[in-house]
Amino acid sequence: MVTPPIEQSTRPAPGSAARPSRVRDGGRRGGPRRRERWYAYGFLSPGVVGLTVFTLFPVAMAVVMSLYHWPIFGERSFLGLGNFRYLLLEDPGFLVSVRNTFVFTALFLPLNVVLSLALAFWISNSRWQQLFRVLFFIPAITPMVVNAVIWKMLYQPQGVIAHYLDSWFGITAPNFLADSGTAMISVVVMSVWQGIGYNLVVFSAAIDQLPRSVLEAAEIDGARGLTKFLRVQLPLMSPAVFFVTTMTMITSMQVFTQTYILTRGGPGDSTVTMVQNVYENGFVSRDLGVAAAGAWLLFAVILLITAVQFLGQKRWVHYEH
Amino acid sequence: MSTDKIRWTPRSVVSHVLLAAVTLLFLAPVVYAVATALKPPGETFADPTALTGSHLRWQNFADVFDYLPFQRFILNGLLVAVIGTLVVLTASSLGAYAFARLKWRGRDGLFLVFLATLMVPQEVLVVPMFILMQEFGWVNSYQALIFPWAFTAFGTFLLRQFFRGIPYELQEAATLDGCSPLRTFRSVMLPIARPALSVLAVFTFIGYWNSFLWPLIIVNDVSALGTVPLGLELFFGQNGNQWHLVMAASVISLVPTLLLLIALQKHLVKGIAATGLAGR
Repeated sequence: MVTPPIEQSTRPAPGSAARPSRVRDGGRRGGPRRRERWYAYGFLSPGVVGLTVFTLFPVAMAVVMSLYHWPIFGERSFLGLGNFRYLLLEDPGFLVSVRNTFVFTALFLPLNVVLSLALAFWISNSRWQQLFRVLFFIPAITPMVVNAVIWKMLYQPQGVIAHYLDSWFGITAPNFLADSGTAMISVVVMSVWQGIGYNLVVFSAAIDQLPRSVLEAAEIDGARGLTKFLRVQLPLMSPAVFFVTTMTMITSMQVFTQTYILTRGGPGDSTVTMVQNVYENGFVSRDLGVAAAGAWLLFAVILLITAVQFLGQKRWVHYEH
Repeated sequence: MSTDKIRWTPRSVVSHVLLAAVTLLFLAPVVYAVATALKPPGETFADPTALTGSHLRWQNFADVFDYLPFQRFILNGLLVAVIGTLVVLTASSLGAYAFARLKWRGRDGLFLVFLATLMVPQEVLVVPMFILMQEFGWVNSYQALIFPWAFTAFGTFLLRQFFRGIPYELQEAATLDGCSPLRTFRSVMLPIARPALSVLAVFTFIGYWNSFLWPLIIVNDVSALGTVPLGLELFFGQNGNQWHLVMAASVISLVPTLLLLIALQKHLVKGIAATGLAGR
């Protein structure tokens, strides 16, 4: 079963340091013990120094910055919650970017999860499962900018998608990326293409680990097709579904590169995402305080949704032990 | 399940034909990109259904390097990704070993701090990180592309899990033979951890190679310091109508990741399945 990494940490590996250490030391103390401690500090120092300088300190600084008027160049001044008030009440762009990000997630998440789950089951019956996994995985690791540029070409009004819509279905295609009615869905389609292989691999591994005995028992009891899937396989896989849903939600709330390359947030502001809002406030308008506040609001939204998912999991996620 | 995999029934033949069609459709964008990269200038949209233009123009791939310093972007990307990966592997394997196998006070507390940092999204960090880079005088530098993201706790966490699974007796035997912890780490633990290290290495490399938001923020002089995504984006912005060149550049940018994928697909797929490691 695939479980979130964090839960593996609570499961002590056999023979690991989770055993009482005194037994392992054979009662020896002093010299070797103390030496080991100094080695530990030495081993840890690169990671700890790096993490302090490049993560802990910036996090603390991001808190401070969000409370200041903090231009890239020029005088800083304390604002209290002014940046947050500005974003939530005055900035016309922020709430739009929140809405767009939610729309993206609401479309992308179910499409991605359902399609990758279906594909994972489909390829699980093939002897070339491994090959299919790798083929569907290709867009997941190739540079997002490249993927987006390729799709931008496909989406051109004189491009191949518009052509086939016309010749096969007689539909005159809109200008996908320049029409506010189709821009977001075009971004979602490209994103599903890009993201599906990743979740496919996770689901595919979970299918491989389904307990054979339970499946056989269910088959003897007459479970077939959809019933077997809904009543037996899906519940057994619910930890994997939960993991994929949570991770995909977190990454889709941070969507930026696709929209930036495909539409630059347009037409109008119909595909501006929260990350683009942070980027533009900070590095185009050069107000880092507002950008920091926007980033915190994004983080808060992600934490909130993740918390809701974790609370809700008791209703539908079944763990073996 | 394994018995189904060998038997060819009419049903499974139909299923495979449909599956092959879906796979082809799925890969079509990449195929179309390669095809466009080989079309002569101006023929990209001449006939959208045609995979080839009037002739195959391999010259496009050479022309990319005349139109923009693409070799520079590739070298920059490789440099940043390779050094970044080495730093990540060194720092996280050392730290992971201390967390997994050495005894010292405050271990669990510090590990919780490491785990907590995993929750902080990149967007929260980029804003203060920019200031930090200004203070260091690192804006528009290789250091700024490499170091800010080389110390995430993820690698430490992943390798700690792996080290914990290695039998304790091995370490004890080495200690009895008089190995120092450093020697034990280097000669006993690291060789055993090679699968985990290579998975972490590949994903770190790909992460650096693909990253876009941070280079967009920190690089002013794209022609000197641009990595592949950044350089491609700039080039694309200026030459959006020259699709044959943009696609040739795109196809070139896909090559390193595809090679890695082919070489290490078994490790990668297993690594993702086991850890949910992010390559995105």
